[in-house]
Amino acid sequence: MIRKLSYSQAINEALALEMERDSSVVVMGEDVCGGRGTDEPLDAWGGVLGVTKGLYAKFGDRVMDTPISESAFIGAAIGAAACGMRPVAELMFIDFLGVCLDQIANQAAKFRYMFGGKAETPVVIRTMIGGGFRAAAQHSQCWYPIFTHIPGLKVVVPSSPQDAKGLLITAIRDNDPVIFCEHKALYGIKGEVPEGSYTIPFGQANIVRPGKDVTIVALGLMVHKATQAATALAKDGIECEIVDPRTTSPLDTAKILESVRKTGRLVVVDEASGRCGMAADISAMVAQQAFASLKAQIEMVTPPFTPPPFSPVLEDAYLPDAEKVQAAVKAVLGT
Amino acid sequence: MLKKWQKKDLLKAYRTMREIREFEERVHIEFAAGGIPGFVHLYAGEEACATGVCMHLKANDKIASTHRGHGHCIAKGVDINGMMAEIYGKKTGTCGGKGGSMHIADLDKGMMGANGIVGAGPPLICGAGLAAKTKGSGGVGVAFFGDGGSNQGTVFEAMNLSMAWQLPCVFVVENNGFAESTSPKYTAPGVTNLSDRAKGVGMPGVTVDGFDFFAVHEAAGEMIDRARKGQGPSLLEVKFTRYFGHFEGDAMTYRPKDEVKKIRQTVDCLLQFRNKVTSAGMVTDAELDAVDREVKALVEESVVQAKAAPNPPLSDLLTDVYVSY
Repeated sequence: MIRKLSYSQAINEALALEMERDSSVVVMGEDVCGGRGTDEPLDAWGGVLGVTKGLYAKFGDRVMDTPISESAFIGAAIGAAACGMRPVAELMFIDFLGVCLDQIANQAAKFRYMFGGKAETPVVIRTMIGGGFRAAAQHSQCWYPIFTHIPGLKVVVPSSPQDAKGLLITAIRDNDPVIFCEHKALYGIKGEVPEGSYTIPFGQANIVRPGKDVTIVALGLMVHKATQAATALAKDGIECEIVDPRTTSPLDTAKILESVRKTGRLVVVDEASGRCGMAADISAMVAQQAFASLKAQIEMVTPPFTPPPFSPVLEDAYLPDAEKVQAAVKAVLGT
Repeated sequence: MLKKWQKKDLLKAYRTMREIREFEERVHIEFAAGGIPGFVHLYAGEEACATGVCMHLKANDKIASTHRGHGHCIAKGVDINGMMAEIYGKKTGTCGGKGGSMHIADLDKGMMGANGIVGAGPPLICGAGLAAKTKGSGGVGVAFFGDGGSNQGTVFEAMNLSMAWQLPCVFVVENNGFAESTSPKYTAPGVTNLSDRAKGVGMPGVTVDGFDFFAVHEAAGEMIDRARKGQGPSLLEVKFTRYFGHFEGDAMTYRPKDEVKKIRQTVDCLLQFRNKVTSAGMVTDAELDAVDREVKALVEESVVQAKAAPNPPLSDLLTDVYVSY
């Protein structure tokens, strides 16, 4: 049997393997090592949730703590990438995008195009997404659609430990800027993870569960909610096919369309806002390109159009869950 | 001061400043004539800064520039024909016509881009410094920004980060007296010299007269040398003015009518340079006049070429978004 690792351990292993393989890979971010400038030993934290723990012991000063200055260090990672490094910068929460978007959207994403194809910016920005932690409005969002909107960026939203490791290795070796979105509720989940290096290509969706009745497209944590729903629905004889795109840019439209052409029904589950988000994007794409195959309306399961709330009862009501997915599946089946 | 200079270096400095001046004066004329699309921001009047700083830089040293980037490009060795064609939006431009005046970049020359975002260069140059330090290349990074840019948080953040990581970086604030149309007397009323802001992060800061090429060259040389030796970053403020508007078409209603004319006749960097080197007997007027003629022909040729150059093919619209996708 293949050993099991947590999502967090899988990410840590991918970073360690790539740092061993390529001396131009450096890791930077707030407290990615931790304890610098204090009397306590270095590597005090290893990231705010411990994902980079132990890297300092192996790689020393290639693991760099930063001031709480996202514009400066994300910008520095981008500048270093344009000068031949392969930095992996950690934007602690995707919610902090507001203080460094320019460096990502106007600098990294545009260098290659603006400079006539002469620039390469192989930077990876790892960032935490998602709710469920009672972390309220500024630490719970799923802003990957914002990055997906921007030509020049690649965007990864892994849903399992195995995918997280292979996709992160791909991200580090990729020559374009990559935003790597880690759902904080997934860090603890365990799954089989192959030893050693392997890559998972971008733009290739994973059929998490095959089925003939309804296609459910889901990303990140929502893959797990969709799986719970599908398991329950299977008891009623409803077979859901779950498609996890794994990357939102590039997006594997072919595999999504292929599944919808088979099932004739689509539910898109997304933790990001439904407005101008992945659910709307994928729904529009399917409506445009597979309209004739659709036997029913497309359903989107997304949070209401509000900021993430704090109070546990409100947050539970806000987040998509298995019950909401089941209801959407039944709606497209007309049952 | 002139004793340590060799004649060939004086001629090189003069030539670079003259190339920038001639280039900008010509773009000013051509823009008014209507041949150039978009926005251009001209560097005329500020030549001593780009030249005095970049003369210390090697090919693998990096610079990050501003809206007003033509001077930095020329001083860092970017090809003038490619620049002019880029400003005209032509296929033969430095960026194939996809960047334009505000985004001229030539990474092979260490020029990391003019930048349409005020204050965006300093974080990037921290990255250049980090790459040089990590690789042990001995390279340095220089970020140019304006008095307007100096009020951006990115500039403070980058200066502070460069101290935390002890990066081989130099920050050069080009204080031309106007953030678009607004004076630093209004936007930074409590600050006498913008170089005083170096104290806020604990790095050395110096202010020099930007019309005096030799003053800029000497101060920049010390800071770049310091960075190269691993002794940390510093901040240089260069004070002068620009001769044209914030952008071409700006009527400059915020300054006295004859201000630029007076400056051109009295403290202009090329004028001062000429007076100094000729009165010291190091270079003759005739030799400088010859440079003027050569540069005029060079820039003329760049305009002729740019106008004749092909537009990018429409297929270029879709290329170069990604290395691979």
